[in-house]
Amino acid sequence: MAISKEDLEQIRDRALEAIKEAGALEALNDVRVAFTGKKGELTEVLKGMKDVAKEDRPKVGALVNETRDIIEDAINKAKENLEATALEARLENETIDVTLPAKRRRLGHMHPNAIALDELERIFTGMGYEVVEGPEVEKDYYNFEALNIPADHPAKDEQDTFYINGDILLRTQTSGTQIHEMEKGRLPIKMISPGRVFRSDEVDATHSPSFHQIEGLLIDEEVTLADLKGTLETFAKKLFGEDTKVKFRPHHFPFTEPSAEMDVSCFKCGGKGCRFCKGEGWIEILGCGMVHPHVLEMCKIDPIKYKGFAFGIGLERIALLKYEIDDMRLLYENDYRFLEQF
Amino acid sequence: MKTPLSWIQTFVPDLNCTDQEFMDAMTMSGTKCEGYERLDKNLENIVIGKIEKIERHPDADKLIVCQVDVGSEKVQIVTGAPNVSEGDIVPVVLSGGKVAGGHDGGPLPENGIKIKAGKLRGVESNGMMCSIEELGSSRDVYPDAAEDGIYLLPKDAGLKPGDDAIEALGMRDTVFDYEITSNRVDCYSIMGVAREAAATFNLPFHYPDVKETGNSEKASDYISVDIEDKDLCTRYIARVVKNIKIGESPDWMKKRLRACGIRPISNIVDITNFVMLEYGQPMHAFDLSTIAGNKIVVKRAKDGDTFTTLDGEERKLDSDVLTICDGEKAVALAGIMGGENSMITDSVHDVLFEAATFNGANIRKSSKRIGLRTDSSSIFEKGLDPNNAYDAMERACSLIEELGCGEVVGGRVDVHGELPEKKRIAFEPERINAFLGTDISKDAMLSYFKRLEVEYDENKNELVVPTFRQDLIGFADSSEEVARLYGYDKIPTTLPKDTSQIGGIPFKIRVENIARDTAIAFGFSQGYCYSFESPAVFDKLRLPEDAPERKAIQISNPLGVDFSIMRTIPLNGILGSLSTNFNHRNENVRLFELANIYLPKTELPITDYPEERMQFTLGAYGDIDFYEMKGVVEEFIGKTGMDGRIKYEVSKRSYLHPGRQADVIYDGAKVGYLGEVHPLTAKAYDMAKAEVYIAVIDMPEIVQRASFEPRYSGVAKFPAVSRDLSMVVPENICAQDIDDIIIQRGGKILESYKLFDVYEGEQIERGYKSMAYTVVFRAKDKTLSEDEINSVMKKILNGLERLGIELRS
Repeated sequence: MAISKEDLEQIRDRALEAIKEAGALEALNDVRVAFTGKKGELTEVLKGMKDVAKEDRPKVGALVNETRDIIEDAINKAKENLEATALEARLENETIDVTLPAKRRRLGHMHPNAIALDELERIFTGMGYEVVEGPEVEKDYYNFEALNIPADHPAKDEQDTFYINGDILLRTQTSGTQIHEMEKGRLPIKMISPGRVFRSDEVDATHSPSFHQIEGLLIDEEVTLADLKGTLETFAKKLFGEDTKVKFRPHHFPFTEPSAEMDVSCFKCGGKGCRFCKGEGWIEILGCGMVHPHVLEMCKIDPIKYKGFAFGIGLERIALLKYEIDDMRLLYENDYRFLEQF
Repeated sequence: MKTPLSWIQTFVPDLNCTDQEFMDAMTMSGTKCEGYERLDKNLENIVIGKIEKIERHPDADKLIVCQVDVGSEKVQIVTGAPNVSEGDIVPVVLSGGKVAGGHDGGPLPENGIKIKAGKLRGVESNGMMCSIEELGSSRDVYPDAAEDGIYLLPKDAGLKPGDDAIEALGMRDTVFDYEITSNRVDCYSIMGVAREAAATFNLPFHYPDVKETGNSEKASDYISVDIEDKDLCTRYIARVVKNIKIGESPDWMKKRLRACGIRPISNIVDITNFVMLEYGQPMHAFDLSTIAGNKIVVKRAKDGDTFTTLDGEERKLDSDVLTICDGEKAVALAGIMGGENSMITDSVHDVLFEAATFNGANIRKSSKRIGLRTDSSSIFEKGLDPNNAYDAMERACSLIEELGCGEVVGGRVDVHGELPEKKRIAFEPERINAFLGTDISKDAMLSYFKRLEVEYDENKNELVVPTFRQDLIGFADSSEEVARLYGYDKIPTTLPKDTSQIGGIPFKIRVENIARDTAIAFGFSQGYCYSFESPAVFDKLRLPEDAPERKAIQISNPLGVDFSIMRTIPLNGILGSLSTNFNHRNENVRLFELANIYLPKTELPITDYPEERMQFTLGAYGDIDFYEMKGVVEEFIGKTGMDGRIKYEVSKRSYLHPGRQADVIYDGAKVGYLGEVHPLTAKAYDMAKAEVYIAVIDMPEIVQRASFEPRYSGVAKFPAVSRDLSMVVPENICAQDIDDIIIQRGGKILESYKLFDVYEGEQIERGYKSMAYTVVFRAKDKTLSEDEINSVMKKILNGLERLGIELRS
């Protein structure tokens, strides 16, 4: 049996037609078996090669191969198309409602005090301050006397103190840590000291018998009031935003001289006046000053060679202002409906 | 401290600025002005009126119709006030004007009350005659005002209809309120604040015109003074005024007192109040005829003495209370209040004036103990300048002569120890500049000091400080004076050139942060609780009477018994907070706290620092069980780099469920405990229906063992082999006992083990339970052979059999 070009073309055309009609992978496979499979038409045709004249064999062989390639290419393409369609259909089938509720693991919440403290610590450690801690149950000497507040000083009455006995008390300020640090005799000092303090104020919306302060102290050979201003202005801008303005007002603390209170431009209204700043445009946030030479002397630090500045920040004050909490009692009730908002 | 601007201007006549400018400038120079109030706020279009004619209202019995001359015109005003007559001079608010308040004297409306022309019962009324309440004041400071009536102005003061009535009432004024710091005793006076104003605005300061007073007699012929307790009284000046003519003070004095909120009473009383305000020196006036033996003795009272003060109250005294006595008895509590027995009355003939200075701390403590704090004591307790007492006495006597209210006897009895002298401070301009970070010229600095009445001794290069500035002592004080007059706002803003640049947090806080982060990851929210609590807490926790936790530090002056002891156990805070949540019906609440407990190191009462131990306390109710709590504990300990084995010992804590509690043991030490809260304790915290779980970690135990230096030990290269162990275990054997055997006998090739099933029930014999473990073996350096595994398994099985455990097939 001879192999004619016409036969091959006819097989090819039929194959292509069958491929076109195969709508599924199985049908396509049937086409492949029918034409190029072991007992397929084209395979059968090849069996007739032995009858082809020797000199014609290369030409006919090429013709058969060409036909096979065309058919196989067509099958592969059709297969790719069918697979793509099938995948598309599957994916479409798998569509979900992405707006259904999330599966969440309920994380806990940090206390607003702790969030504010973290932020303060980040700012000051970034500026090279080391965090240190001091005792909450303190001796009179560290809470008062060494801070230039002698026995009969009126400031001692101003800070209604809880006493354990005549000499031991609950610290009314974190300033005592200044003394503990200075007494260690390692200079220079660059520290902040956050902690719990106590004053005998009845609990109400703006008072608590227990609250927190962050003390700051820097002692070195060349320290100026201008440096104190610069340091605290940098702090205020980092905490409340770059546009924050600061104002230093003279004040009095027994252990610093000169002393100041620092106001920041109201970060709610930008200084125009609102209910947060009581219409003043400014909010008082801390007290500060140059360490009193007498305090240095009591800690055996030469006040001619060394100078320093100190500051004290009320943590709750920052937390209440920053997070718009209107009642201090909320900070100590630990109601989850409050805590989950932080 | 409050000052009317008009009074400041008597000292600083050139002062001319807006109220806001004054407030800002004073605040920035160190006299913090907290606000101001205009006395004429909401008083608009109010003039002097003269009532020319009064007729009855045709239709109302209680109303009258007045024809009032208000200068530019005559207006008809209808009023219900019962106290007016023809010819009276009254303040009239014209139609379109404003008054500050209603006639009932209630709270003043923010924007005042507008007055419009209208009809009252059909009769036209153009404006209103004002009561003192409508003018925003009260009968407290205008005692001459009629109750429920129009305020009547004096007819003889030359007030013409149409004149500004507010000016005539002294209400064209602003009262400033200051926060005076405790170091500036001198500023608790009008004069002190005025001195600061003069320095702030760089204007001349004029002292009051004080004239030399006294007749040719000698005060010492009338009175002698003896200070017995010189430690409590630094100076006592006595002057005598004869032939007192009690009467009203002049208008100008009344206005100033009123502006300060002080009610004018009579010339003598007003003068003592006036001088107290002006000089910051309280004075006292005795009826000389009541002073026995013509002498004053300043001495401590005796314990148990009683004394009736001029308010009629009997006071109990003790030997630390200083009294002013005459030859027989106490006549005043020094610096606090005079006695009923020596007070001046309208019939007084001769007066003994006292200006003295006392030990401030003593006055403060006495007034606290007696329970009587007066204007006088609150000034004395700041510690006054004895030199100022002299000036104040001279001012008072000068006013007495000026006002013609008596005949001042010549001389004075003035007893004192050493009087304060002007302090000297080295003037160090370069050091001041180096301290402030400024470049202020020496001359500028000296000009600031001059404004502050601090003199400069050029020869000695010293600043000479007036005695009223007791706060100026050394270098730092001198630099503060320069800084505040130069202006804090003009001081440059720089960053320190310091050498220490390494910041950071201590190891302890690092470990605490891990505790916090772990708790938060497990859904626990952070609480803050009080450090002090009630001793009743121990009963809520069912602690036995001899429990060491009951040995708590007591606060000697607590806010109440609920805040009276320093906590020795951290549970009350967290249980109290859980209770708050539970009773607010918050579901599934988990809380934690990181805070100290306070443990006395010796017997009570403590004489040294107690031990402050940081506790990591977790508490939860709702969707939680013992094993999840245990999981939090183990995750936290693991995260601190403590990779050894955590063991548990059954504990016997009274506040925990007896069958659901354990101590957490690490390295042989108790590092914490956990368990379910005992139902009775839960009930004591109003959580009777809740299963509450707690865990407490004693942080110092963790901090001393934590380390943050993990080591990589490679990942496994050779295959693992796992074997399951299914066992029948006697009931009393704990999982931890089996773990012990597996760990001890599994040796080096034991990689891990896991309990995957526990069963007690029908198929298992009573007194036994079924437990199933998977045990995984692996060697680092080779694939384990069957023989090796079998031999280890055999060891384990032998060990388990010794515990009475049978293997199930």
